[in-house]
Amino acid sequence: MLVSVLEPLIFATIAFYLWGAGGREQTLLYVALGAGLMGMWSATLFGSGGLIQWQRWQRTLELLVAAPPRFLVTALPFTVATASLGLYSVAATLLWGRLLFGVPLAFEHPFLFLLALPATVLALGVLGLVFASTFVFYRHANAFSNLLEYPVWLASGVLVPVSLLPGFVEPLSWALAPTWGVRALRDAAFGGNPLPEIGACLALAVAYLTLAAVAMANFERLARRHATLSLT
Amino acid sequence: MAVIEAEELRRTYRTTTGALRRRTLDVEAVRGVTFAVERGELYGLLGPNGAGKTTIIKVLVTLLLPTAGSARVLGHDVVRDVREVRRRVGFVFGGERGLYERLSGLDNLRYFAELYGVPAREQGRRIAELLDLVGLSGRERERVEGYSRGMRQRLHIARGLMHDPEVLFLDEPTLGLDPVGARELRQTVAGLTEAGKTLLLTTHYMFEADALCDRIAVLSRGRIVAEGTPRALKERVGGGRVIEVEVFGIGEERVDALRAVGGVRSVAVEERGQVQALVVRTDAGVEVTPALLARLAGTTIGRVSYREPTLEDAYVALVEE
Repeated sequence: MLVSVLEPLIFATIAFYLWGAGGREQTLLYVALGAGLMGMWSATLFGSGGLIQWQRWQRTLELLVAAPPRFLVTALPFTVATASLGLYSVAATLLWGRLLFGVPLAFEHPFLFLLALPATVLALGVLGLVFASTFVFYRHANAFSNLLEYPVWLASGVLVPVSLLPGFVEPLSWALAPTWGVRALRDAAFGGNPLPEIGACLALAVAYLTLAAVAMANFERLARRHATLSLT
Repeated sequence: MAVIEAEELRRTYRTTTGALRRRTLDVEAVRGVTFAVERGELYGLLGPNGAGKTTIIKVLVTLLLPTAGSARVLGHDVVRDVREVRRRVGFVFGGERGLYERLSGLDNLRYFAELYGVPAREQGRRIAELLDLVGLSGRERERVEGYSRGMRQRLHIARGLMHDPEVLFLDEPTLGLDPVGARELRQTVAGLTEAGKTLLLTTHYMFEADALCDRIAVLSRGRIVAEGTPRALKERVGGGRVIEVEVFGIGEERVDALRAVGGVRSVAVEERGQVQALVVRTDAGVEVTPALLARLAGTTIGRVSYREPTLEDAYVALVEE
């Protein structure tokens, strides 16, 4: 709990100092939004799988899997709720930046900003569902998901622009919801047109949902074959 | 048509051991089990730990795939017709877990009512009925983390019955309950059969199976070693005698030597503090005491007593056969 509350503020502080040292004070809002998305990504990545792990420890995972709805449908609200915790990360980062670093919170398109936020949460939440599906079968899937935090921060451009990274990263970034989420939020904040990025978020959500449906059905079958739904 | 059918059901678990030189190990939990449960029947699977009872239930409620064989519930195959089976069955596993601790009992039931598609307008009435049935009315707004083991177990049963399933699977529902709590729960279970439900119950306890079940299958090491009404099972192993011999420190070779004595049906060792009690079941009309004591020569022997076989003896004899 404490980590979830403090981590976004720590990310924000480091990012502000990094960019401040580079003499780019004008882009503090740009940095704040990136740091907010970093927190949202972490919340989604660790929360979605962690939730399945927790249900396994509680012995409720079997109850949910053996219920009539597809487990995909049961798990989706969990992972979207987890991603929505990332909204705190965005809000806390902006407020922290305003209070400590004097970041001007002037949004060119405040309504589009408010539209971009739920679209980003939805896309990340459904991506979380893909991760959650692996945890249904693999009891130690966190060993894999733990590796994904920093690479996705980099590859999605929330820390540094993707254009500064090697060329092969860019196609990868297109498949990542945080890429389009942070672009949508930044466009809404700085006067660009965020609608294409919002559309990309929604399209990715549909693609992730399809992937999650296939993955969940397969991992559930494997879990039933290898008896990994419970700890005993 | 039987409500629950299992045909040559098998389930093997594959485990690995060792860190550097990993070895895979196949453990056969269920080895060709066949049984059928009729509508309205309360059928008991009785057996010691590791006999395969929970595995069978998990296969029947679609949480595990069988390695071989087949099983149907209400005519639906548990491998192919997963959703049909899930809609129609309820299940309750023993133990304290399987509930959302930070939520109230009421909220736990509400969540599962949603999950099982109980219409919103019926949820309130249904939950009130179930709370009444399991004796939790008045405590439903308390958080589950403050519930006793017995209350949790009763909440589990209410959850399992939420969607009014035709078939209910109960896996060791009285596990860890105090005698009063266990008796109350048995009364609740008995009430369910009166309401026309088909129940499959697993238990360690012979007396519990005897009190509740119409028919019992005794499981041992993944196989059914006996099946029938409680009366028939008792008769099957009846007619003998039990000799209890208290000894101090006896090895497995000595116990095997006792088993080889003519007229001895089985020998079980019960740890009673410092003392080990040898429970020797013998054929009727055979005097084996001198032969037993001769094979125990050199071992410190305490009290030797004789009694008629109990229900528990019948069960132990069956699982040791």
